[in-house]
Amino acid sequence: MILAEQIIELTTTRHNPHVDPFMAMWEWQIPIYLFLGGMVAGMMIISGYFIFSNRYKVTNCACFSIPFTALVLISVGMFALFLDLAHKPYVWRLYTTFQVKSPMSWGAWILLLIYPALIANILMKPSPWMLRFIPKLSDISAKINQHPFLIKNIGILNMLFGLMLGAYTGVLLSSMGSRPLWNTSLLWVLFLTSGLSTAAAYVHLIAKNKEESELLAKADNGFITVELFIFVMMFLGLLSSAKPHIEAAQLLLTGPYAPAFWVFVIGLGLIIPLIIQLLAVNHKIKHTPIAPILVIIGGLILRFIIVEAGQYSHWFNAHFK
Amino acid sequence: MPRYGMVIDTKKCVGCQDCVVACKTENNIPEGYNRDWIVTEVKGKFPTVQMEIRTERCNHCSNTPCVSCCPTGASHIHEFGGIVLVDHEMCIGCKACVEACPYDARYIHPDGYADKCTFCINRVEKGQNPACVEVCPTHCMYFGDLDDPNSEVSKLLQSRKWHVNLPDAGTEPNIFYLI
Repeated sequence: MILAEQIIELTTTRHNPHVDPFMAMWEWQIPIYLFLGGMVAGMMIISGYFIFSNRYKVTNCACFSIPFTALVLISVGMFALFLDLAHKPYVWRLYTTFQVKSPMSWGAWILLLIYPALIANILMKPSPWMLRFIPKLSDISAKINQHPFLIKNIGILNMLFGLMLGAYTGVLLSSMGSRPLWNTSLLWVLFLTSGLSTAAAYVHLIAKNKEESELLAKADNGFITVELFIFVMMFLGLLSSAKPHIEAAQLLLTGPYAPAFWVFVIGLGLIIPLIIQLLAVNHKIKHTPIAPILVIIGGLILRFIIVEAGQYSHWFNAHFK
Repeated sequence: MPRYGMVIDTKKCVGCQDCVVACKTENNIPEGYNRDWIVTEVKGKFPTVQMEIRTERCNHCSNTPCVSCCPTGASHIHEFGGIVLVDHEMCIGCKACVEACPYDARYIHPDGYADKCTFCINRVEKGQNPACVEVCPTHCMYFGDLDDPNSEVSKLLQSRKWHVNLPDAGTEPNIFYLI
């Protein structure tokens, strides 16, 4: 590296696998988990909001179909996490302790809270195929529906745990001071908003109720706009910080990750769907699955880029340039 | 209770890698992995270019992001001299500590747990020096109690100029390089 004609050259004899020449410890499993975790968080918040605001009284409300999908997706995400572990037989160790300072420990316990909240949501109105397998579910469902107060609390719990899950996916990375790109307090807001956006896109895609579909398209436009704003704020923060943070921001803005970031995350993942959905909600064009699909793929690619570029960003990058 | 640290005289280190080989032998490090390594740093502006050769390893920091982030408590500060260790039986191989270390001093052992320099705690508990210190042919490495003002390491830090790696990361490393 040459700085104002000053040479700084470092050579190292270290060559640890997945650490050198640059950190590549977390592979595809982590971004997949972060994406699914964020999307499920968004689904829980949307479903919880629908319940809380009494929309559940509409028979084809999406809040009855979302929780089952969310349950499947979070289970897939947790399986991806399991695959990432290098010492798989010891996974149970996560649940024999609670480490207050460890975001991953918080996450492990939050993931356990997610299941009862989602199951309670499912039990409000189990699908006909579930009732065929377990007829007793109809009794439980009837009992739950006798208590509007209980239903309201299921909505609140889903929103609360969804918020915790969505925020935690970002905090997991941003708590690492060692990786300048991740070390921004806006990452959890970005991931939470992106999770809400991908979940809104999913509900927009599957909603049987036209009013809901329209509502979620409008909400997604809001989430996308907020996400773009958060990106601007995040980059402003990084670019006005220390040199490693500036270099980290440049990885996405002009560096090796820039083409994927600008094309797939900002262009195809946010701006194009925003334009399409703005035209759709203003009834200039018909609602199309293209925009929500692009939003969902963009959200996935965002997690891949943030995880990979974050690991590449480093205080010691000069070692290997 | 002592607070162990290491002082390395960069004026004496020649980068011979004896410390690396000693570590591999003492701790049965798998092929292709390093608990310690040699860094050569060249900096300056011609004609006043400077070169520093130093042996690096886990800094056994006082402020330990690797310990804080561990979800199982496997990464811990040992009660014996504040040495940062990993309990192999507790480690689930989540790799969070590897990501959290700004010095990239950790790796995942092929058997699935996070691994790194232990200051050869098995030797230190018997009153011996870590293997790397023991074999250094130029005697550039010193190991001892940083809290004892009469220890060799404390006296060296009192009498010589020194630096630590990445002070801005805020980890308060306990490996010091004499300059």
